[in-house]
Amino acid sequence: MSLITAENIQKDYKTGEVTVKALKGLSFEIEPASFVSFVGPSGSGKTTLLNLIGCLDKPTSGRLKVADTDILHLDRKESASFRGSNIGFIFQDFNLLPVLTVYENIEYPLLMVQSVPAAERNKRVNTLLEAVGMTEQRDKYPDQISGGQKQRVAVARALVTNPKLVLADEPTANLDHKTAYMVIELMKKMRDEFRTTFIFSTHDQKIVGEAEIIFTLEDGELKGKDAMGDVGNG
Amino acid sequence: MGNLFKIAVRNLLRYKRRTILTASLITVGVVFVLVFISVSGSFKNMMIGQITDSMLGHVQVHRKGYVASIENLPLTLNLRPEEVKRLETILNSHSEVEAYSPRIKLGGGFSNFAETTNIRLNGVYPEREFKTVPLLLSRIIEGKKWIEKGEIIVPVLLTKGMNVNMGDTVVVVATNKDGSVNGKQFKVAGVLESAVGPGGRDGYIHIEDARELLRMDEMEISEVAIRLKEFGRLKKFNEKLSGLLSKDLNSQGKPAFEVHTWETLSPFYNIARMIDVMTFFIKLMLIAIVLISIMNVMIMAVYERIREIGTIAAIGTLPGKILSMFVIEGFCLGIVGALIGNIVGVSIILLLNLLKIKFNFGQQTGLLLVANITPSDLIFISVTVIIVSVIASLQPAFKASRMEPIEALRHV
Repeated sequence: MSLITAENIQKDYKTGEVTVKALKGLSFEIEPASFVSFVGPSGSGKTTLLNLIGCLDKPTSGRLKVADTDILHLDRKESASFRGSNIGFIFQDFNLLPVLTVYENIEYPLLMVQSVPAAERNKRVNTLLEAVGMTEQRDKYPDQISGGQKQRVAVARALVTNPKLVLADEPTANLDHKTAYMVIELMKKMRDEFRTTFIFSTHDQKIVGEAEIIFTLEDGELKGKDAMGDVGNG
Repeated sequence: MGNLFKIAVRNLLRYKRRTILTASLITVGVVFVLVFISVSGSFKNMMIGQITDSMLGHVQVHRKGYVASIENLPLTLNLRPEEVKRLETILNSHSEVEAYSPRIKLGGGFSNFAETTNIRLNGVYPEREFKTVPLLLSRIIEGKKWIEKGEIIVPVLLTKGMNVNMGDTVVVVATNKDGSVNGKQFKVAGVLESAVGPGGRDGYIHIEDARELLRMDEMEISEVAIRLKEFGRLKKFNEKLSGLLSKDLNSQGKPAFEVHTWETLSPFYNIARMIDVMTFFIKLMLIAIVLISIMNVMIMAVYERIREIGTIAAIGTLPGKILSMFVIEGFCLGIVGALIGNIVGVSIILLLNLLKIKFNFGQQTGLLLVANITPSDLIFISVTVIIVSVIASLQPAFKASRMEPIEALRHV
């Protein structure tokens, strides 16, 4: 059964009198535990699509089901709850909270979104700190660690709630190639370890090659789907 | 909740200078209000004390209609002995009453055998009068602090104008309620300093002398001044006594007595009210300071952290929790401002008391400023500051909680 089912989704933006069609009737399915990339040039609709899948925005028309939930009918509060339970986010600029330590940033969703008991929180955060290799930096604040380390913390934060899906919009755009590659490898490793679906967008061709399924977008249309190697084998 | 506080405090500490400035502004406001309340309260209490404790008493009871004609000191509106007895029975049964003093008030001519002038006299039982208005003793600036029969305490205004000295013999001439005139010789036993307000020509004689001068067959009383054990219970006591005495009807079936607190008898009550009004406006200024400073700092905080708000909203933080985060920041600022303000304010009040500042009021000079602040004032000011801080944070916090995560994440 698919984790994501998109049927003819369309997204229009109005800029003054002009209506821009950002997505033009996209249909696709993504299976659980996949490692998927959306690629395409700037303005092709990658970020718009990730925002729709991530319940941050709603399609103008079409049908979009994520984890058996038709996201079109969720209100503001339900959307927030749905995101908190099912989706992890990794941002291009890392978006760690500057007043929280590495440990506290990873702990945040468990504490403020899911209200997980302290012992369970501690166990899950420590497991992820270990998994992303940030145990020694656990008490440091974001401004005391490097960009690559920040993105590793962001990966851990995205995974700490055991989401069904992690969305990463250009997660390597602000990293050097070596670090970018390491972050992608880390994401893949996490997919293998936690059976979480990862979807990321990128325009870096070298990074694209790391994805197992590649959707190519152009002018808001899906131009192709390529399967690279053993898809979702874990 | 503890974690929300932790995040709020860390966010406040993140912009230390701004937080310190805002907290300082609130602190200064709180200090200003506390010092103003304590000093103006001291002045007000001193003024009320001077008026009630040296002349009026806390409450006065008269025959119905007497106060309307009080400037004429109408002898025809005195209380009859049986009415005084009924009143005394009621007063004796009330534990709130510390003392009461029946008075015969009369106007007359004061002569030193060479010149004559007007005088207003209070015929009193000295022991009961001094218990009811204890500061009267301190107004006797010369002579003995007692009134024997045949003696008069003369206002300083007359001793100077009439060249009357201690031990001199003077004559007081008065008209009784039937219209016949009578005179009586008195020995000057004391000189009385003027109290604040009306009373510059008031002298004191023994009540038996007043009765004799007015040729009363039986003791009729112009007024009964009452002193309460607790001044704070004035309003309740007044209501209770008025209620009880309203049942006492005269031959026309109307209430025989009228009860007045010092507030309705002295024009200085309006000054006391003005002090209250000023205090109210000072408190309003504090509210404005807190409201504007907290709202300003919270609007800036929200504006500067739009992307952070977008991030926490995207990862599933509910709008209510985002709202709480910002409200708690305002709450913490209010707490800090109120706490430091209280500490500094109380310290300044203590310092003012140590400096023993003196001021004058009316004829009274060298009154000591006793700045005083009650725990209820401190609690009221603190709670006001904290509530206003929370209210001031609500609008920016609400704005933060209603932000669309997608818009907030795009913010540069």
